[in-house]
Amino acid sequence: MSDTTITQEKPTLTALERQYILLTQNGLPIIEKPYHHIADKMGISVGQVLALTNDMLERGIIRRIAAVPNHYKLGYQYNGMTVWDIDDEQAEKFGDAVGRLPFVSHCYLRPRHLPQWNYNLFAMVHGKTPEAIAKYRGQIKELLKEVLVTRNHDAGQQVLTQSNDMLTSTAILKKTGLRLKK
Amino acid sequence: MDNVTLKQGTNNTKTITPVITTNNEKICHEIADLSTLDKSLINLLQHGVPVCERPFEQIANELGSTEAEVIRHLNELKSSRVLSRFGPMFDAVYLGGAFTLAALSVPEEDFDKVTVQVNAFKEIAHNYRRTHRFNMWFVIATEAADEIEKVITSIEERTGLSVLNTPKLKEFYVGLYLPV
Repeated sequence: MSDTTITQEKPTLTALERQYILLTQNGLPIIEKPYHHIADKMGISVGQVLALTNDMLERGIIRRIAAVPNHYKLGYQYNGMTVWDIDDEQAEKFGDAVGRLPFVSHCYLRPRHLPQWNYNLFAMVHGKTPEAIAKYRGQIKELLKEVLVTRNHDAGQQVLTQSNDMLTSTAILKKTGLRLKK
Repeated sequence: MDNVTLKQGTNNTKTITPVITTNNEKICHEIADLSTLDKSLINLLQHGVPVCERPFEQIANELGSTEAEVIRHLNELKSSRVLSRFGPMFDAVYLGGAFTLAALSVPEEDFDKVTVQVNAFKEIAHNYRRTHRFNMWFVIATEAADEIEKVITSIEERTGLSVLNTPKLKEFYVGLYLPV
């Protein structure tokens, strides 16, 4: 079942970009002049650091510079991995629309593994109550209603009759952070 | 702590260090008690921070506060872990390595045993119990795509279960916003 791993292109970074990532991947210091701090460490001017930052933002190496709240501490205690069986030809267009919903934190197309797994779109939702995430699932369903796949009932087999599902997490079994290290 | 030494090219050696923060943590946390300024900061800064020499001065102006107050509150939010991170969010692919999301359908009576077996792999970055026939979902992180296959094979041998491998084919831009 593991024959679909795709090879991700390995992008190359310049020495400066690599140094920048190493210095900031644990976060920016919350001080008056955070980029001066980086500039001092890198031995370049603050103007160069700001230009490098903007360049990496434009090229998507940096997605954004922002604060990331802890969902749980803000009361968003419930998450659901919603999964959808949608028309492959429409998947990119509709996946993009689902990703833009404000309550979706991750949105991916992934391979199906029929007959065990018929879902090709994954969208993680976060809410403060079980009702909230159920409502979000409903909103996604409304958005996707025209592209959901209907599969034939295959009597006697492990049948896949659902076009969508929501898997909620009941325990964190392991959680690590990934870091680039010199 | 296990380190995975990664060799890229000829002279470019790097290491991914898994930082284990949680083990068997139940999903329940204290909800933080936040001031008005805290809430404004959380709401505003999720969208992004201006790239300039004194970003907190600019934020303070926008919120009718002072640079010193903004810095003090943000540092408190960070140390109380209301903010899990502040800074550039890098596309994981530039941090090196290959990733996949995978799942197992674990018989209930074997769940604890299989959790230990799967978590023992240093390449397992996250692992969650979920409500489905596929009840264990984990992220495998390695240097190269072919190592993903090896880890999957090893997990299958170790657990006697078949791994559902769902690597991302396409990632969409996400507009997550958690207002407080």
